[in-house]
Amino acid sequence: MTTETETLVRAETAPARRPGGTRRGGFRSVVKHAMLIALSLVMIYPLLWLLVSSFKPNSEIFRDLSIFTTDLTLENYANGWNDLQFPFGVFLLNSSVIAFGAIAGNLFSCSLAAYAFARLRFRGRNLMFAIMLGSIMLPFQVLLVPQFLIFKELGWLNTFLPLIAPKFLATEAFFVFLMVQFIRGLPREIFEAARIDGAGHLRSYLQITLPLIMPALAATAIFTFIWTWADFFGPLVYLRLPESWPVSVALKGFLDAQSTSDYGSMFAMSIVSLAPMFLIFVFGQRYLTKGIATTGIK
Amino acid sequence: MSSLGELRSIAVNKRKGGRRTEEKYPDNKAAYLFLLPWFIGLLGLTIGPMIASLYLSFTDYNLLRPPEWSGLDNFTAMFGDARFWNSFRVTAVYVLVGVPIQLALALGLAMLLDKGMRGLSLYRSVFYLPSLLGGSVAIAILWRQVFGKEGLVNGALSWFGVDGPGWIGHPDYALGTLIVLNVWTFGSPMVIFLAGLRQIPEMFYEAAAIDGAGRFRQFLSITLPLLTPIVFFNLVLQIIFAFQAFTQAYVVSGGTGGPGDSTMFYTLLLYKEAFTELNMGYASAMAWFLVIVIAAFTAFNFWLSKYWVFYDD
Repeated sequence: MTTETETLVRAETAPARRPGGTRRGGFRSVVKHAMLIALSLVMIYPLLWLLVSSFKPNSEIFRDLSIFTTDLTLENYANGWNDLQFPFGVFLLNSSVIAFGAIAGNLFSCSLAAYAFARLRFRGRNLMFAIMLGSIMLPFQVLLVPQFLIFKELGWLNTFLPLIAPKFLATEAFFVFLMVQFIRGLPREIFEAARIDGAGHLRSYLQITLPLIMPALAATAIFTFIWTWADFFGPLVYLRLPESWPVSVALKGFLDAQSTSDYGSMFAMSIVSLAPMFLIFVFGQRYLTKGIATTGIK
Repeated sequence: MSSLGELRSIAVNKRKGGRRTEEKYPDNKAAYLFLLPWFIGLLGLTIGPMIASLYLSFTDYNLLRPPEWSGLDNFTAMFGDARFWNSFRVTAVYVLVGVPIQLALALGLAMLLDKGMRGLSLYRSVFYLPSLLGGSVAIAILWRQVFGKEGLVNGALSWFGVDGPGWIGHPDYALGTLIVLNVWTFGSPMVIFLAGLRQIPEMFYEAAAIDGAGRFRQFLSITLPLLTPIVFFNLVLQIIFAFQAFTQAYVVSGGTGGPGDSTMFYTLLLYKEAFTELNMGYASAMAWFLVIVIAAFTAFNFWLSKYWVFYDD
């Protein structure tokens, strides 16, 4: 069985060219590109507008909706940084701690589970694997109230633990699946050779599997970062004190406090909050597209 | 193979009785150790809470006093509540209108892009970026401005002499802006379609071309049937995710689900019942009803898939 990851890697290096696909009539090609460029602009314009507006004086933002302007200022960033109860750096730090904790948890727990599902033969494997896959489709709302009660009993409210600790228990099943797919694509012979050389499962996991599934680990880390960074619901439920807010909840604070109509600083901090996600996107894109193609996640 | 394909093949193999009873399990001990974290999570954070919330859904519970058994009270109250049905309707519209448009756009663009064409990776990035950022609060804040009275949409409409309303603040249009936001994130299903298109063996097209099939015929007889499992996979997952949409509705409506409950998504009402009103029992009942609805949709999708999804096994 070819796994999707495997084929994708191949497809990535040697893009399939359909006969007649490359040398098509010049006119049709121009029309197609014109359509695609127009759509790209429509898609991306709001983001560009947000970026440019964050550098515009407040009075200009809605007076002129174009993204071409010379009247630029850093004032919004200076104001926005200190607009809320705490400097925005506090929220950035909170988000970072949560994101990196979650990444560590997912890498650790999901790779362990994936190794077992992909490489080991044990009683109940099919059933457990099916349960694991099924849990991707379970709406989390059904776990919400009891999980809240558990974390409340543990005294974890207003700490980052409810957002980090579950990741160490492989609760994000799609990452397990992503890694399973990847491990299955590795040549069997490597594992055979290691076994003959006397390597146990722990060594086979640590010294063979982990180094070879780096692309899957990277995809997991990147997706985990982006999701936890953008996550709003978890912090909304568990983090009620402003000093523990991540950027998502802090930004919502701008919306609540917006009686002064200081759009500029709200936009500036929106850009600050999007910047890490955007950078990760630029540098990690390769792993991202592979990752979603395998598991079908956002 | 997708996670859904995998689930299906496990089920199919079960039916065939393909498991040999003499099969040995040489790795039992190691496997259970490797799976320990997952297993603790499964019991403690998934199965345990599922049972607990099922129990709570039959109780009256407000965090302050211990849960009190109330039979079907939560469910009868729920089914008799106009607000509950409104939130259900709002969510259903969001799912049933938004997901098909999103997937159609994703599929259409994947078709346009998968040709080893010039600028492919740039287009793909541009179309994909919104689906990555789309779930964030910053984008929801942006959306309020894009569809505001003086926002970008009305700015564009004014070129055509149309004086647009404040979309976000209008009960007839607010839900539409959220659907557009969801459609805007068509990039992730598009990338999945792109990967699927690339997996179709080149020789199929070559053979068809030799037999004299034109491009359109090739699309109908090769591309479309071979892509149906991926369309199905996208459809099932996007529907499940869309039913659970929360952040964008919450932020765009300023936490109110307004105007006039027109963006009061099911999950928004559930959140309010649980954490504002502290009706934990009622919220659990709502959550279980959501599970049943999603399961029904998924089962219906699987049933329907017999008639249009092509598997070559």
